[in-house]
Amino acid sequence: MKVLASSLFCGLIFGLGLIIAGMSNPARVLNFLDWSANWDATLAFVMGGAIAIAGPGIYWVRKRHRPLFTDKFDIPSSTKIDKKLIGGAAIFGIGWGIGGFCPGPGVVALATLQPDVVLFVVAMLVGMLAQHWLKSKTSATDG
Amino acid sequence: MENWTITSFEPWAGLTGGILIGAAVVLLLLTLGRIAGISGISAGAMTKAGFEKHWRLAFLAGIIISALIYIVLMDGFPVQTQLGSGWMAIAGLLVGFGTRLGSGCTSGHGVAGIARLSPRSIVATLIFFGAAVITTNVIRHL
Repeated sequence: MKVLASSLFCGLIFGLGLIIAGMSNPARVLNFLDWSANWDATLAFVMGGAIAIAGPGIYWVRKRHRPLFTDKFDIPSSTKIDKKLIGGAAIFGIGWGIGGFCPGPGVVALATLQPDVVLFVVAMLVGMLAQHWLKSKTSATDG
Repeated sequence: MENWTITSFEPWAGLTGGILIGAAVVLLLLTLGRIAGISGISAGAMTKAGFEKHWRLAFLAGIIISALIYIVLMDGFPVQTQLGSGWMAIAGLLVGFGTRLGSGCTSGHGVAGIARLSPRSIVATLIFFGAAVITTNVIRHL
């Protein structure tokens, strides 16, 4: 229960951060990506603020032996820079540049129930499931 | 098409929001030992089971509740899409597929990954920002 409450609270803070920063508005995100006369640099300050807190914060937390409410840290350990990482990031970037939504802001904006936002989030979930299905299919053939 | 919505530069709002996002990342790691990557959380909420599913659903519920607080208690917040439904569907498919293939998005790679100086995340972030800038500029200016 403690674990779920904490996770929900973290999501709440995360979502409030996105909304306050205006990242829930794809117009603002796209105006950062579009280097024209109306450039909006806000996104750089969001990333800067988040990393400035998360950098020292993560460093400090990882000095602990274990998290407060679970048995161990579950942090990606791979250092391999492969085709999947590069291709996946490029595909994601193209989609982000089209719609102005990445996953977090998509979920926040879902609460407005605007039809195009619902469509984006449903398509995003379908894309995730498609990748999951392809992965399980190829690993089955490999092994 | 030249009728793109103009937004104003708001460094203080951006910094405040960013600090909250960073704090949420640190708090999730401290309490659950997990990285707050929204693409992995969204996908895992569908494909995993038991505890691994439940904490992810709780996190997503928290995000939705934050939006509902804004909608119910305040004036809501602007969500101004810039292209039609067909484009938004394509964008969603690419974002969903790409973030899972590349193991992360703006939060997992861009914030948490860069914050812990992961070489994979630094490379991924440079690539998805580069691809996004090129895509937006091609759509708007070519």
